Amino acid sequence: MHNNFRKSVLIFIILSAFVLIPNGFAFENRDEDEKENSVKTEHEKEKFDPGSFIFDHVSDSYEWHILSVKDFHVSIPLPVIVYSKESGLHSFWSSKLHHGHSEYKGFRISQTEADEGKIVEIMEDGTEVKPLDFSISKNVFAVFISMGFLLWIFISIARKYENKKAPSGFQNAMEPLILFIRDDIAKPVIGEGKYEKYMPFLLTIFFFILINNLLGLVPIPPGGANVTGNLAVTGVLALFTLLVTTISGNKYYWQEIFNAPGVPFWMKIPIPLMPVIEILGMFTKPFVLMVRLFANIAAGHIIAMGFFSLIFIFGDIIPLLGYAVSPLTLAFTVFMTIIELLVAFVQAYVFTLLSAIYFGMAIAEHH
Amino acid sequence: MELITPGLGLVFWMVLSFSVILFILKKFAWKPILKALKERENTIDTALKSADKAREKMEQLKADNEKIIKEAKNERDSLLKEAHQVKDKTISEAKQKANSEANKIIEDAKRKIESVKVTALDEIKNQVASFSVEIAEKILKKKLEKTKDQKDLINELIDEIKIN
Repeated sequence: MHNNFRKSVLIFIILSAFVLIPNGFAFENRDEDEKENSVKTEHEKEKFDPGSFIFDHVSDSYEWHILSVKDFHVSIPLPVIVYSKESGLHSFWSSKLHHGHSEYKGFRISQTEADEGKIVEIMEDGTEVKPLDFSISKNVFAVFISMGFLLWIFISIARKYENKKAPSGFQNAMEPLILFIRDDIAKPVIGEGKYEKYMPFLLTIFFFILINNLLGLVPIPPGGANVTGNLAVTGVLALFTLLVTTISGNKYYWQEIFNAPGVPFWMKIPIPLMPVIEILGMFTKPFVLMVRLFANIAAGHIIAMGFFSLIFIFGDIIPLLGYAVSPLTLAFTVFMTIIELLVAFVQAYVFTLLSAIYFGMAIAEHH
Repeated sequence: MELITPGLGLVFWMVLSFSVILFILKKFAWKPILKALKERENTIDTALKSADKAREKMEQLKADNEKIIKEAKNERDSLLKEAHQVKDKTISEAKQKANSEANKIIEDAKRKIESVKVTALDEIKNQVASFSVEIAEKILKKKLEKTKDQKDLINELIDEIKIN
């Protein structure tokens, strides 16, 4: 019975992905004449460019690209929501933009160096202006999917706990992680009796980072998006940590910042050297959290894509060489994926642990 | 460049969705899970403690039992010892009593023998006296021809009596 429930939820998720796409999958061919025009130049230009290949994957986009065969593209279109000062709010499917090859309602994906890949509005005089962009981009959509997974997993587990039976199934897989965060991170770092308040936040960031790291390793949708390797995502997570730290800071925490005890007075007056350093420190801590997670996960994706690029780089030289290199690439990629699996856990752990340490420092009673 | 410029839209959606998920998970997942875990730990804790207590009680009961058994054994031993002592005492007393009785009887018998002996001797003496008187009579009745013979006879007779 429970299996049926799980299955139906899974089917629901898959179906909802299709419902979200009234246009269906954006299978399409480019216009014939455009093709003819570009045939010659494309043949010359067809050299594989690993840089753009990798960065296209690692960075955010308006559609969820699945595969391309020659000029045949398969991708999940996602809603574009933009607010322009000139023409107000617009929303349309990203498939209308034809992978950046055409414009729609006066919007197109910029090809200029400054805003490459971003959506821009074309003014009457031909200049490009960036509108406020609230599109459900690939990363936003991936965040929604991971949220769906999180809610599904943990609410169903929570329901199991209400039965008061011996733990079973997936509950057994999650319970050690929950206990690990409670007993090995929150309790020793924040302190007995005070840690309970922070548990929901720590558990949420841990599992949010973990599930997105893991989904990032899965090469096909709903995985494959580079969510935790995106500076905006890690920045928001770090911002939450900063917010919680600042809100829960007690008088000792603020005293440490503005009037650190045990520091000679000339470090504070007339030039408030120490306070400035301490205030900077308030922000560098979450900043480091942001950069560390971003860099680790993005690097993992870049390396994996780099290995795959090897096939095409060698294939460009002699096609057979591409085939010859592929087993090696595959072996490297498997190896890297295993390391990334470890990194997925380690980075989720480190982010959670450091957040807990900052909370612990904010509520420490004395020094 | 795009890699390190955070998109405003992504930040917006991320703040929104993370706040929502934090709120929902806190309310519907973490609170019940953490509560259930704590409750389970508490029940296990109390169960372990009560098991400890039960074991302690058992041990105490066992110790009590052993103590009672030991006491019973001691009691039995002392009872046996006492019984032995009583028996020995009775026997020795009986022996003593028998001894003294026997001594008394022997003494009595001795005394009686003595008295019988004395009376017998007295009787014998009387008899001897009467015999001697008879002898004397007989002697006297016999003819007393020779004084000298008489004298010898008398002496002889007297000697005979003395020996007796």
